[in-house]
Amino acid sequence: MVADPVLLQAVAELFPNGISRYAVGGLLVGLGTVVIYVGTGIPAGASTFLESTLSYVSDQSRFQRYVGSRDWRLVFTAGIVLGALAFAATVQSGVVTTSLYEPGTTGQLYEVAGVTLWTTDVQPWRLFLGGILVGIGTRVGKGCTSGHGVCGVGSASKTSLAGVATFLTVAIGTAQVVAALGVSP
Amino acid sequence: MSDDRHPLFKPLVFVGGLIFGFGLGFSHMARPEVVVNFLLFEDLGLPFVMFGAAIVSGIAFALLPRIRDAAPLTGSPYERRLKPFDRNVLVGGAVFGVGWGLSGICPGAAYASLGVGNVTILWALGGMFVGAYAQGYWRSRSEARDAAPAGAD
Repeated sequence: MVADPVLLQAVAELFPNGISRYAVGGLLVGLGTVVIYVGTGIPAGASTFLESTLSYVSDQSRFQRYVGSRDWRLVFTAGIVLGALAFAATVQSGVVTTSLYEPGTTGQLYEVAGVTLWTTDVQPWRLFLGGILVGIGTRVGKGCTSGHGVCGVGSASKTSLAGVATFLTVAIGTAQVVAALGVSP
Repeated sequence: MSDDRHPLFKPLVFVGGLIFGFGLGFSHMARPEVVVNFLLFEDLGLPFVMFGAAIVSGIAFALLPRIRDAAPLTGSPYERRLKPFDRNVLVGGAVFGVGWGLSGICPGAAYASLGVGNVTILWALGGMFVGAYAQGYWRSRSEARDAAPAGAD
């Protein structure tokens, strides 16, 4: 263990917010997946919710195939929203403090009823247009960052590894092009 | 899988979702800026989230089948559910990649983003439903036209 100052500075530049918030958050995301898998045997992904929820309002066969899972997928998504709200009410609000959490400087903080909430600076057209492509791509591509990225990679699925390699590479290229075109935030 | 579930099925899924969502908030994946900063190589923390979570779930996926045969709440066997590989995985992955790179948000993180107070993310969630509907509408129609089962999914 040699504390090379040049190396330390390089690491600090690559990880300006440290790694602990990412690693701890990732462990929790994995733990949530494991809790569901242990009890149910289901490796849950997040993007099927989009189609399964559409089955409540559309008769298209593509959505109706998810009728059997649409209720628990709604419960899963409600859990994700409320779990993130619990994070906002505790760690983000400073009620619970830990050296593992780096608050960072992105976006805007605001307060509602003593809870510190957060909102993005990324422009709505990027979110909406990107969201449409995410909705198409995750469903055609059989999974998203949780179904392929967490469950699929965790299962060493070659299909998921190919999916992750594809969307990661294309996303990096897209973000670089968007930034080079001067779009920010 | 049948519809007559164990009474603890949904409560357990809810608890798993809570932990999952708390983790997405804590890791800042619910913030599009942080994802975009990763894609621009300005903060390389993101792989610790995705691969950290994959390692944790991978350990469970590997160990559970050795401990017991079936999940207590569903009776479903602990087995690898491998999705078949075809051209869609690459085409869909590429379309998702363009959307993720443009917006900095993916489905699970978008739900969590709403939870941390990001009302603006409703643009992305609305877009995701529009996109999911468009592909479902198109694929339902082409399946009906082919009038043949499109194989396992």
